[in-house]
Amino acid sequence: MKDRVKLYWDTIKKPSAHYSLGFLSFGGFLMGIIFWGGFNTALEFTNQEVFCTGCHEMRENVYQELQTTIHFSNRSGVRAKCSDCHVPHGWTDKIARKMQASKEVFGKIFGTISTREKFEAKRRELAEREWIRLKANDSLECRNCHDFEFMDFTRQSKRASDQHSTALASGEKTCIDCHKGIAHELPDMTGVEGWD
Amino acid sequence: MTGKTMYLPAILLAGSTALAAENIATLRPDVDLNDQGAPPVMLQIVNDDVKRKRDYPMQPPTIPHKIENYQVDLRTNKCLSCHSRKRTEESQAPMVSVTHYMDRDGNFLAAVSPRRYFCQQCHVAQVDVRPLVNNQFKDVDEILKNNKTVEQ
Repeated sequence: MKDRVKLYWDTIKKPSAHYSLGFLSFGGFLMGIIFWGGFNTALEFTNQEVFCTGCHEMRENVYQELQTTIHFSNRSGVRAKCSDCHVPHGWTDKIARKMQASKEVFGKIFGTISTREKFEAKRRELAEREWIRLKANDSLECRNCHDFEFMDFTRQSKRASDQHSTALASGEKTCIDCHKGIAHELPDMTGVEGWD
Repeated sequence: MTGKTMYLPAILLAGSTALAAENIATLRPDVDLNDQGAPPVMLQIVNDDVKRKRDYPMQPPTIPHKIENYQVDLRTNKCLSCHSRKRTEESQAPMVSVTHYMDRDGNFLAAVSPRRYFCQQCHVAQVDVRPLVNNQFKDVDEILKNNKTVEQ
């Protein structure tokens, strides 16, 4: 084992005997483009709705619930897909989230929410995880589309503008504090702040 | 019994149903059974948050705001996140009346009674439209006033 590692290390350490410096640097550059591009393409593929709804856990539970909400179907036809809300758009945060999501692959393999009953039993836990995440990043995924700077209070109902111009404007509250269960059904809310 | 008289009731029945079908107003508009009629235009729910008069003291107050996608089921009740006893201080919404906390024997419970849990069984949002059927409802005060004038 030790010998083999040493062999590899010696090979890598040696200067190239057959290929020119130009070939190696340009070749490396080209391969870099291909691999980096491939990596990003694969990453983007996992951001697509067909990928998310490829598993029955997502397709038959949360995706069905999304379809009845305004984030799926509305008058202007602008809609949010899974990754718009559940995956950060910035690169670093996105990679961090994707690494966390490897746990979901684990869940898929071991059938953590493979039946409706199992999903319902875990609904609160799964929802809480998302509430905590959105609370921590000040509802970043909401704000990717709903920018506070461009919110016109005069176009809102009185109740909405009262809340948005006070609690939200002062930073005391963030979107998810009030807008829970807007894209999926709510779990049992016993003991959740702001609920009975 | 001859063949003719045997058929007579059937003919009469067929004739009368055809006649009745023309005169009966149904919820289904005048569209053939196999056709899909054009649905009526979706209406805007009144969302002005202004309390409305009740037509009689026991009338469940109507909802003066939008309640689209409010979840009221076994898991949770969105309405109560503003209208329950504990939440009214922050929300400044009217508290559900005390009768909602009573069971049918008149005992007060800590939370809204299960028989009063499903808000929309009694409380409904409103749209600003002309009623399809003319409403002949008379306020009790109006009836009392009319009775007085009759007596005099």
